[in-house]
Amino acid sequence: MTDTLLEICGLKLEGRFDEKWNPIINGVDLTLKKGEVLGLIGESGAGKSTLGLAAMGFCRDGVRISAGTVKFDGIDLLTASAAVKRGLLGKRIAYVAQSAAASFNPAHRIIDQHVEGPTQHGVMSRAESEADGMALYEKLRLPDPEQIGFRYPHQVSGGQLQRAMTAMAMACRPDLIIFDEPTTALDVTTQIEVLASIRDIVKDFNTAAIYITHDLAGVAQMADRIKVLLKGDEVETADTRTMLSHPTQEYTKSLWAVRSFERPLKSPVVAGAVPVVSVQNIDAAYGKAKVLHDVSFDMYEGRTVAVVGESGSGKSTVARCITGLLPPMTGQISFGGEVMPADYRKRTKDQLRQVQMIYQMADTALNPRMSIGEIIARPVQFYLGLTGKAKRARVDALLEQIELEPFEYYDRLPSELSGGQKQRIGIARALAAEPKFIICDEVTSALDQLVAEGILRLLAKLQDELKLSYMFITHDLATVRAIADEVVVMKDGRVVEAGPKKEMFTPPHHPYTDLLLSSVPEMDPDWLTNLLQERGVDNIGDAAVGKM
Amino acid sequence: MGNVLSIILQRLALGLLTLLIVSIVIFVAVNMLPGDFAELILGQGATPEAVKSIREDLGLDQSLVSRYFGWLGGMLTGDLGTSFAQLNFQTNMGGGAGKTVAQQIAPRFANTMFLAMVTAAIAVPVAVTLGILAALYRNTIFDRAANIFTLSSISSPEFFMAYVLILFLAVLNPILPSLSNIYDGMAFSDRLNKSLLPALTLTLVVTAHMMRMTRAAIINLLASPYIEMARLKGMSPMRVIVKHALPNALAPIINVVALNLAYLITGVVVVEVVFVYPGIGQLFVDSVKIRDIPVVQACCLIFAAAYILLNLTADIMSILSNPRLRHPK
Repeated sequence: MTDTLLEICGLKLEGRFDEKWNPIINGVDLTLKKGEVLGLIGESGAGKSTLGLAAMGFCRDGVRISAGTVKFDGIDLLTASAAVKRGLLGKRIAYVAQSAAASFNPAHRIIDQHVEGPTQHGVMSRAESEADGMALYEKLRLPDPEQIGFRYPHQVSGGQLQRAMTAMAMACRPDLIIFDEPTTALDVTTQIEVLASIRDIVKDFNTAAIYITHDLAGVAQMADRIKVLLKGDEVETADTRTMLSHPTQEYTKSLWAVRSFERPLKSPVVAGAVPVVSVQNIDAAYGKAKVLHDVSFDMYEGRTVAVVGESGSGKSTVARCITGLLPPMTGQISFGGEVMPADYRKRTKDQLRQVQMIYQMADTALNPRMSIGEIIARPVQFYLGLTGKAKRARVDALLEQIELEPFEYYDRLPSELSGGQKQRIGIARALAAEPKFIICDEVTSALDQLVAEGILRLLAKLQDELKLSYMFITHDLATVRAIADEVVVMKDGRVVEAGPKKEMFTPPHHPYTDLLLSSVPEMDPDWLTNLLQERGVDNIGDAAVGKM
Repeated sequence: MGNVLSIILQRLALGLLTLLIVSIVIFVAVNMLPGDFAELILGQGATPEAVKSIREDLGLDQSLVSRYFGWLGGMLTGDLGTSFAQLNFQTNMGGGAGKTVAQQIAPRFANTMFLAMVTAAIAVPVAVTLGILAALYRNTIFDRAANIFTLSSISSPEFFMAYVLILFLAVLNPILPSLSNIYDGMAFSDRLNKSLLPALTLTLVVTAHMMRMTRAAIINLLASPYIEMARLKGMSPMRVIVKHALPNALAPIINVVALNLAYLITGVVVVEVVFVYPGIGQLFVDSVKIRDIPVVQACCLIFAAAYILLNLTADIMSILSNPRLRHPK
């Protein structure tokens, strides 16, 4: 027998939308040896998740395999009976989903879901599997491995769940695991722990893996080989080091180049200038839980302040305070030197107009029943009082500003746009009020890198043209590097460090800033190994516990 | 757990408040019925004096507000009042002490509860099982057949379903009795035997709703990532649905079951009439006919209480079926 574990030949997949079958994957070949890790890279819509599931012989509703073969260890998964496939799934081929929080059943405890595979497949008894689960939790450096399994999924943090899911995939010691964007939903510091534990466990058990992601730096740490997909076609495949150092195709080179976007440094703020928005000594709480402690920082005209921190650090709460949605307990917000009422209901229309927001999920932030024209026209009419032709002309001008053809997009519904276009509509809606200050809440984190870069460039262009101030909430330090002028680092509701970007990225740092900075994956395949050595492997687990 | 307890107490208080409001509505509505008891029993030749004296006897001459509080006070102390009809019978015929409303209603209500429980014992398991199977074999012949059958039975009038069942199960194949004359002191098995046909009729009426909700609630979840995960773990379709989808679909199912149980207690007059089943529905209709206000009010209040109590139970069970509330962070 050869050591080929998985062999996919000429696989074509089709998806049903617009009432016909459309190609998603146009003939992809893939071979995987035992114990090998293959990275699968591509933007969303490139069909990589569909391909990953097809490698398990599984299609979601509305997807079908139209040609090709998928052979796992000599068994043709496409012609095998449902019972044969069920015997393989979970036992010899396992899956780790993108969002562990959604992929754990909320009704059952984690350990119950862990032991389900081994007991149902007859691999282990319940007691054996429970003990094994705890051992795996320990191996994956989960805190309190003896007890954590007895909690319900909602009682455990996202990063911990992602590791628990990796443990669950390992429960039957499969030959192959499909990882579908396992770290996308996580904070940078958490991401490292998950990456490291996945890498170790895959190596220790000599498990083969397909690692699907759009995060190039992440995959560089994990994969032996990388395959790049574009719109259902393979662009190129090569071993990781070759791929990183010598990509041959234009598309791959453009992917690698994304991280080079960076705005030129601006001159420092003129002393004595009045800040556009000034946050002064704010404390805020949700009910009894205090989430902000004495937060202060200023934002100046035509500049971008990046507010950085992990989820739960209070960065979005600051935004809620500035917009007046959550009146702070103490402290005040002033706008152009004037103190604004804490509650948005007490602000004048003009004060409301000056502060606009762009949201993370453009999908949910746009009314699905309204056309693009109506969505943008609404603030134009509400704040500026324009109607009829003047309104239409203003909306058209706004669409042109965000580089969308008014004639083509005016009557479309949000569902007819791509993610990047929807985010542009979100920008146009914010601009429609002609504000001085825009809060951008993780506006690029749901987008692919190339698309995200387009949005960042657009925001930069608009800033130069309209002298806008941005407060840029993000957890992605690459974005900070690209667009910020000043940086505010937040942790547990406090500002731990603030200053011009240049200072932030040159040592010495606050220890937490240092942790954040060093956690950003780099395009060097040895980066994770070196980092872990530097920090000392055991410290990572400790850092995690300390953080949570 | 304290969290859940406080939610339950809150719901309980709200339930009581609802009941109080409903009691006002009932009282006002019943008293707005055209005609009154006095005019009705004295017939067309009634002299104003006779009507007046009967009204005084029954306390109908007092103001609405004072009558309401008198009634409410009685309710709170467990005294549902005395039936006008019984009172009338007693004064005219010189018989012994008349039955109170409570004595009149109690056996009828017990019969209705018995029928409702027999029906529920058949209908709920059948409906939930059918719903699960329909979700499992969705869009197959089985699914469609189950849907068509339950929908046609809910769409036909109840008396029609009742006569069809009588035709097949009592006339053509005399397996079950077509009359459900139930009396006190009957053996349980006899009682069950006599109640079976009305119970089956009601089962046909309530199954569709519960089955379709079970099916829809489960199918709604089948696109969830955790269902996909269960399938990718190689679990059988049956296990995926029963173990992974059903526990998360319980809340809507429980609510529909409660709604249908409430219907079984309050809405079964037609079936009672067809099978001559001595339930509370018949008593209620008869009392409305003769404007026997205390009985009508008491029945209405019992119906309202049944609705509120069942919905409250459903709420509490839905809360308990949610692990997020059962096990807070």
